Amino acid sequence: MAVIAEPIAKPVSRFHFVLDRREVLETILVAPAILYVLLLVGLPLLLAIYYSLSAYTIYNPTWKFVGLANFEQILQDPTFLDTLRNTFIFTFGSQLLGLVLGKFGAFLLLRPFRGRKIVRALIILPFAVPVALATIAWQWMFDSLYSVINWSLIAAGFLTREDAPNWLGDPYLAMLCIVIINAWRFFPFAIVIFLAGITAVPQDVIDAATVDGAGFWRRNYQIILPMILPIMAIGLIFGIVFTFTDLSIVFLLTMGGPGGATSVLGFAGFQTGIVSGDVSHGAAISLFMLPVLLVVVIFMLRFIRRWEI
Amino acid sequence: MAAVLTRDIVKKFGEVPAVNGISLTVPDGEFMVLLGPSGCGKTTFLRIICGLEQQTSGDLLIGGHVVNDIPPRARGVAMMFQSYGLYPHYTVRNNIAFPLRTQRVPREEIQKKVDWASRLLGIGHLLDRRPRQLSGGERQRVALARALVREPTALLLDEPLSNLDAKLRTLARQEIKNFQQSVGLTTVYVTHDQVEAMGMGDRIAVIDHGRIRQVGTPTEIYEDPADLFVATFVGAPPMNVVTHNGGGYLGFRPENFLPRNMIEDGGATEFSFRVDRSEYLGSERIVYGVIADFDSSQPITAKLPPAHVAEASIHPGEWHRFAVKNSALRHFDAGGNRNTRH
Repeated sequence: MAVIAEPIAKPVSRFHFVLDRREVLETILVAPAILYVLLLVGLPLLLAIYYSLSAYTIYNPTWKFVGLANFEQILQDPTFLDTLRNTFIFTFGSQLLGLVLGKFGAFLLLRPFRGRKIVRALIILPFAVPVALATIAWQWMFDSLYSVINWSLIAAGFLTREDAPNWLGDPYLAMLCIVIINAWRFFPFAIVIFLAGITAVPQDVIDAATVDGAGFWRRNYQIILPMILPIMAIGLIFGIVFTFTDLSIVFLLTMGGPGGATSVLGFAGFQTGIVSGDVSHGAAISLFMLPVLLVVVIFMLRFIRRWEI
Repeated sequence: MAAVLTRDIVKKFGEVPAVNGISLTVPDGEFMVLLGPSGCGKTTFLRIICGLEQQTSGDLLIGGHVVNDIPPRARGVAMMFQSYGLYPHYTVRNNIAFPLRTQRVPREEIQKKVDWASRLLGIGHLLDRRPRQLSGGERQRVALARALVREPTALLLDEPLSNLDAKLRTLARQEIKNFQQSVGLTTVYVTHDQVEAMGMGDRIAVIDHGRIRQVGTPTEIYEDPADLFVATFVGAPPMNVVTHNGGGYLGFRPENFLPRNMIEDGGATEFSFRVDRSEYLGSERIVYGVIADFDSSQPITAKLPPAHVAEASIHPGEWHRFAVKNSALRHFDAGGNRNTRH
């Protein structure tokens, strides 16, 4: 009989099989990720805490411990409180809009129709287009003179040239604009999350609900939605964290204006810490995100665990 | 409770007919089993009855009313699914209550009915658990309770026992049957398991390729199969079929194919049987082989009582005299249909 597996006869180095040991292999494989997080997240975080407790500016780069004075100062600054409020409106407004659009989109894409595959591929575009390009395109659409939106509304007879809205010049409309753009960027992601969730609901459960007398709305809101809530919450955590820390749209579209109406935490931190060189206050502003996000994430993860089905 | 009647139901998916003209009458209170191989259209037919699928043509009557265009929720039928389809985010109590909540039944009434249904199925102690905390058998009972709680006109069951282990399945079979008899509920039960079909059905409809091959009591189906498909689909091992008289076929059950000396005198047909292999199964011995002068696509099987046929008397490779009582022979024509002339 042919022998396929032969025991190793000659003695080998004790390190010869070191990669066969699970704990060694695990350590080696996970080390790059841990190093990456430590160097690129942990270190900057510590640095930010260090700066926020000091009086460090680029004009006077000395370590002088001032305790929580920086935090006290920014909290007494009404502009900062506006920024904080803007950040919440921006984050939760765009997430809500994105989720609603995502849910509708997912339901439309669930039913078969001609060209569905192409539409499914195209719907990802807002998510894939570089934010700079997308924002510039939106900037033209919201332009005070050349806005295609205004032009369409005027051409359709809904508006006259005189009372056409100045999208980026009005504080409320400017906030609406950045919310719309961010929701537009987020909703393909929401569609993907919803599609994944809905297709994971067993057909038997949906059929059972149908036979049990549930109509379209009851099926959706009492059966499907609760069942996909955990995966939705994961998607929402990502959305909230990314939006809360984002400054790209504001930076590219409004520069926080008009009059600070669209300034968000990330943007304000960047302006104060980097552009103005007041590193300590910039760090304090940025660190304000940390407790907020921590609370949101902990709350949602607890919710998911309790809901787990 | 109501009779279920279908008239020439056809369901096509694209060009392919899944159900190809089924007319079936299930009288009030009957336990009807739809038996057939997987993909034969029996589940599609069941889904048409409950309204999850719309038939391409044909009429469906429940309780004497045509319900072709009535949505599932208004048909008053209940269905239990293969994987039960319990709502994982609801407790057992809310699962059972769901069909009543959709009907806007008052709260106290729901409470009362849920108690009734859970007591009926012995799951009163599980009401506050979630489906994932239940065993397979408990889930099955919850699904049954949910199906029964609104006292449906008919109960449709789609392979409800296939997720249970063998021992539990036997038990659940008894329970469902007893339960159905005590309530007297019109029941349509889909299965591919002939033991379930034979053991539970008042009548069985054998379905193949979207058509009914035979409807009858378990005895009729087993003893007087209408065609070769029914003959070979029902029974384990299946009926032996050999070509006969040029075009026709001759069929006989393995348990009727016995050593010549075990058959008392009377009309019997003898065969010369060469044993190839023998299996001892405790209560019976299955012997496989070929018979001389007859062609068969399958090995011929004989089911022997081991108490009467000692192992020593049957050896592989030997030829033996076997025989079948003439009354146990079934004749089929060249098309596979039962030949009634014999």
